[in-house]
Amino acid sequence: MTVVDPSESSPGTRAAARKERVAGWRVGVLASPAAPVYGALIGIIVLAWIVVTIDGGEFLTTGNIVNMLQRSVALGIVSLGQTVVILLGSLDLSVAALISLSSLVTAQQMDGQPGNVIPAILIVLAMGAGVGLANGLIITKLRVNAFIATLGMALILGGIIENGWSGPQGGVTDAFSQDLGYTRFGVIPMSFILFAVVAVVIWFILRSTRFGYRVYAVGGSEDVSKLSGLRTHRTIIGAHIVCSLTAVITGIFLASRLKAGTPTVGLDGGYDLESIAAVVLGGTALTGGRGGVIGTIGGVFILAVLDNVFNQLEFNSFVRDVVRGIVIIAAVAIYARRQEKKA
Amino acid sequence: MSEQTLLQMEGIRKSFVGVEVLHGVDLDLRAGEIHAIVGENGAGKSTLMKTLAGVHAPDEGTIRIDGQEVSFHHPAAAQAAGVGIVYQEFNLLPDRNVAENIFIGREPVRAGIVDRRKMERETAALLEEVGEASFGPRTPVRWLSVAQQQVVEIVKARSLNARILVLDEPTAALAEGEVELLFTLVRRLQELGVGVLYISHRLREVFALSDRITVIKDGGVVKTLNTAETNQRELVNLMVGRELDGYFPERGAKDDLGDVRLKVSGLSTALLRDVSFEVRAGEIVGLAGLQGSGRTEIARAVFGADPIADGTVEIDGKAKRFKHPRQAVKAGLGFITEDRKAEGLALAQSISDNMLLAVRTVMPSRKRRSTPGLMTVKELAEVTELRARGPEQEVRFLSGGNQQKVVLSKWLETQPGILIFDEPTRGIDVGAKAGIHDLIRKLAKDGVAVLMISSELPELIGMSDRILVMHEGVLAGELPGGASEPQIMELATGSAEVAA
Amino acid sequence: MSTENVAASGFGADEQDRGRRFLSALASTGTIFILLLILWVWITILNPTFAEPGPFLAYLKRSAPLVILAAGAYFVLVSGNFDLSVGSLVTVMVVVAARLIEGEPSRTWPVILLLLVIGAVVGFANGFISTILRVPSFITTLGMLLILNGAVFWWTGGAPRGALSDNFRSIGRQGIEGIPWIEQLPWSVLLMFAIGAASVLLMRADFGRQLIATGDNERAARLSGVRVDRVRILAFVLSGVLAAVAGILLGGFGGVSAQVGKGLEFDAITACVLGGVVLGGGRGSVVAAMAGALTLEALFTWLNLQGISGALEDTVQGVIIIGAVGFAAYRLRGAR
Repeated sequence: MTVVDPSESSPGTRAAARKERVAGWRVGVLASPAAPVYGALIGIIVLAWIVVTIDGGEFLTTGNIVNMLQRSVALGIVSLGQTVVILLGSLDLSVAALISLSSLVTAQQMDGQPGNVIPAILIVLAMGAGVGLANGLIITKLRVNAFIATLGMALILGGIIENGWSGPQGGVTDAFSQDLGYTRFGVIPMSFILFAVVAVVIWFILRSTRFGYRVYAVGGSEDVSKLSGLRTHRTIIGAHIVCSLTAVITGIFLASRLKAGTPTVGLDGGYDLESIAAVVLGGTALTGGRGGVIGTIGGVFILAVLDNVFNQLEFNSFVRDVVRGIVIIAAVAIYARRQEKKA
Repeated sequence: MSEQTLLQMEGIRKSFVGVEVLHGVDLDLRAGEIHAIVGENGAGKSTLMKTLAGVHAPDEGTIRIDGQEVSFHHPAAAQAAGVGIVYQEFNLLPDRNVAENIFIGREPVRAGIVDRRKMERETAALLEEVGEASFGPRTPVRWLSVAQQQVVEIVKARSLNARILVLDEPTAALAEGEVELLFTLVRRLQELGVGVLYISHRLREVFALSDRITVIKDGGVVKTLNTAETNQRELVNLMVGRELDGYFPERGAKDDLGDVRLKVSGLSTALLRDVSFEVRAGEIVGLAGLQGSGRTEIARAVFGADPIADGTVEIDGKAKRFKHPRQAVKAGLGFITEDRKAEGLALAQSISDNMLLAVRTVMPSRKRRSTPGLMTVKELAEVTELRARGPEQEVRFLSGGNQQKVVLSKWLETQPGILIFDEPTRGIDVGAKAGIHDLIRKLAKDGVAVLMISSELPELIGMSDRILVMHEGVLAGELPGGASEPQIMELATGSAEVAA
Repeated sequence: MSTENVAASGFGADEQDRGRRFLSALASTGTIFILLLILWVWITILNPTFAEPGPFLAYLKRSAPLVILAAGAYFVLVSGNFDLSVGSLVTVMVVVAARLIEGEPSRTWPVILLLLVIGAVVGFANGFISTILRVPSFITTLGMLLILNGAVFWWTGGAPRGALSDNFRSIGRQGIEGIPWIEQLPWSVLLMFAIGAASVLLMRADFGRQLIATGDNERAARLSGVRVDRVRILAFVLSGVLAAVAGILLGGFGGVSAQVGKGLEFDAITACVLGGVVLGGGRGSVVAAMAGALTLEALFTWLNLQGISGALEDTVQGVIIIGAVGFAAYRLRGAR
């Protein structure tokens, strides 16, 4: 936030400006919902490092870091899109089904031909935009609650998948799979760069474009936004398109990683509820209007580190679920307490 | 004042589900004019304004701005045509700052990026234009007082280059001192050639401010008058269609007062410091003060809705410390809150459910059947002269006055010994107001101790047996009933150090 | 307050007797009953045996678990919360029952008691975290879903073990035999009606009125003396206990599997929403919510009869749910 001094005409305005700068800082940095997320992340990393080291394993090695980054990508990208719709006061339960479908369609359209890679990606992106548009239209024009609308969409997509595919779909080209799924620049995997690019783009959209401002406004209050002359339906539809696009990008990435499309990759990963959990873990309010991408990234990393630790300690995957559930509830309980103190 | 006609509304009709709410309304507004619109609640003022704002499309009729016929299908279209509206319920986003709120939906962009500097610069200029220096463009709206928020609303309308500004009950949430500031602001806009439609229940303000007055009743215009050629009595007659003699019921005699029912000593909370007072059975004690002076906080603390840091509350001589409102209700307290919709009513529930809500929480149904004096829903409706279709009607369909009667019924049913009223007649039309005043006095005569918070000084003066005045969390003084407005304001603004 | 005033006020001028009140309530939430009736008639046209007592009772029996879950979901939804944990709770019930009973009939009743207690405890935990600790219930119950799923398989070592006893299964499968004309009155149908009647009574009682008022306006309810946290926790407890009942019935229907409860939380919420319950609280009736569950089950039957392949069934279901809720939203808007 750059400091602009409005006309320094009177002591009154100067004092107000000073008070505001302090206020801005307090609101911007310390009170940012992302602050405790990174506090928690650092804490968890330290704890994980100690626990893993005592256990005789190695935590902060190149291989392990790559592993963690790699694992963050799929959940990370879709959580970024989920952040946008949650900020808006909506949510999207159809992302898991859409991830599966897009992984299948990617493989099917590539059909093993290197020349098909770009068209296939474009087709899948268009499909994502279409699903997002449909979600947005159902919510705005039919006035169906977002929970039911996207749940219905998940059923619709699930049916299409079941009707069209009974098992994995081959056809992802070797080069594409290698490039996106396995290339690495030093510690940084290619896929992580994809995640970073999507994150920066969405961060920029939310922070600096009219659309981003309007997402926060509609999330703050749809009525107020509408009465202020904002065309809220367009914002809602736009946000759902962004969210669905991140879901199909996740699907494309998973297709490259698995070198095939699979009907169950989305649901097995639990991307619908887990992406919501990551967003909320990142300090974004489920009611909308407060939070952002930075927090979500922290939330995704926390889940990735936890995953990694459980793998290293060779914990039963069921224990992992239990701890995950407890962490999510506990984190949100702590945020709630902070919010209460501030109010 | 220029005679150029800015806005012309002709034959506006609007129906909802087959019920016509507006029956052909005509209204015009000149540039640089303040045109007041008065009428009872439910007369159709708000619906009329919403057709102008593009929230509702009129079924029939034309709207002309500068002689050009316009039709708005979205608030954005009305804004583009120069119509700015400040609604009764504020329309600001608490989590966004002042500049972001003012430019919502039309953020300035440069190369696709929101030009934050420009937004803040222009906001600062707009705030300066209205002489507001207590906050700046980047202050989060959450931190602003109600009065400051209203300035933001008006500046927001102004920033649209609104040439037609609609203010819907702008003083409803303001204390007396803040009203003057608002008037100054409105007059300044008037000088700039803005036409102002000013909707208000408070006739005193209408006379102080307006050039012309239009009275609306039952969805139609009764008459448009020049302010200089009319008086309050005529206006009230036109609004309610009947003579109202004497605004306030007679006070009780001094010796009617009973024992002390509510005694507060040394009450301190996050906002209050060492507040002490008592209310006797049969007495109406008024509580005055500016917005934020701690009036409502007293009520909430006594009622157990907010924590108490220090001090004691005695009910009928017994010390109590309520941790939950339920305990207060059990001890015979009732609290008619300031904000009916947010804190008084479950709007989607029926009249009967709302009326019985409080008694249900403190008395099991078996005991209710054997308790004498409990009224049926129908009897409650009779006592409060409620107008409604029946006990199963949802309260959200009732007018403000009738909603308030439902809230009152809810507390009557608990047979309270102490009633706290917070702004009992806010947003209620003239006719219903008198009914509520009568009820409050009647309750006092029946031995209820009444504490009444109000921003409307005539109401406080007319109703109270004694008036307590708050200033910045401290009890600044006590005045006898019938004290003058300047006396109260002196204490409330802190300009008199020692009170009578 | 003379009688003239009453006449002038017109309050209750049209004295509503019970019957009329019932009719007007039906008219306001009636869409679901009409939809249900249309589906029944349509199914009967496609397959006339559906209207015969045997098959119709079989349909009711099949619907009973979802109807019971819908009632539980209703209490939570109407108070302004979500319960996403009921599906996994159903799975927990079946898996725990199989592991503890191990086919031993004598253990049936103690285990059933234990299941009900587990349901209540989980519900209480959901409620406590969502109210006292102020975690949004969507997150609380989502976390609970993960915890329950993880915990139960951790305990059983990955796959369900053990077996249910015959008398445990009989609750879901059997009924009162030898009744003329209908032959058998299934326990589950009886249980469904009993729970339905109890739910209606509960919603009419002080608790129900306080619960729905809390969902409508929490602040107003609190200031009227309602212990909003307590009524909301109770709603979660009811949801948990009803999930236990549904789990016991489902254990009887099918085998012991880890999939038994999957997606049931969404089906229950969908049923409520079909019945006109508004997410966010304060609106809707429990009868309509249960009718919503019957409608959903009828919809599944109808889809089967239409010969829609199992694969596309989900798609059609999704379209119909969106359409029905959109239609309800359209009606609600019209009524304003």
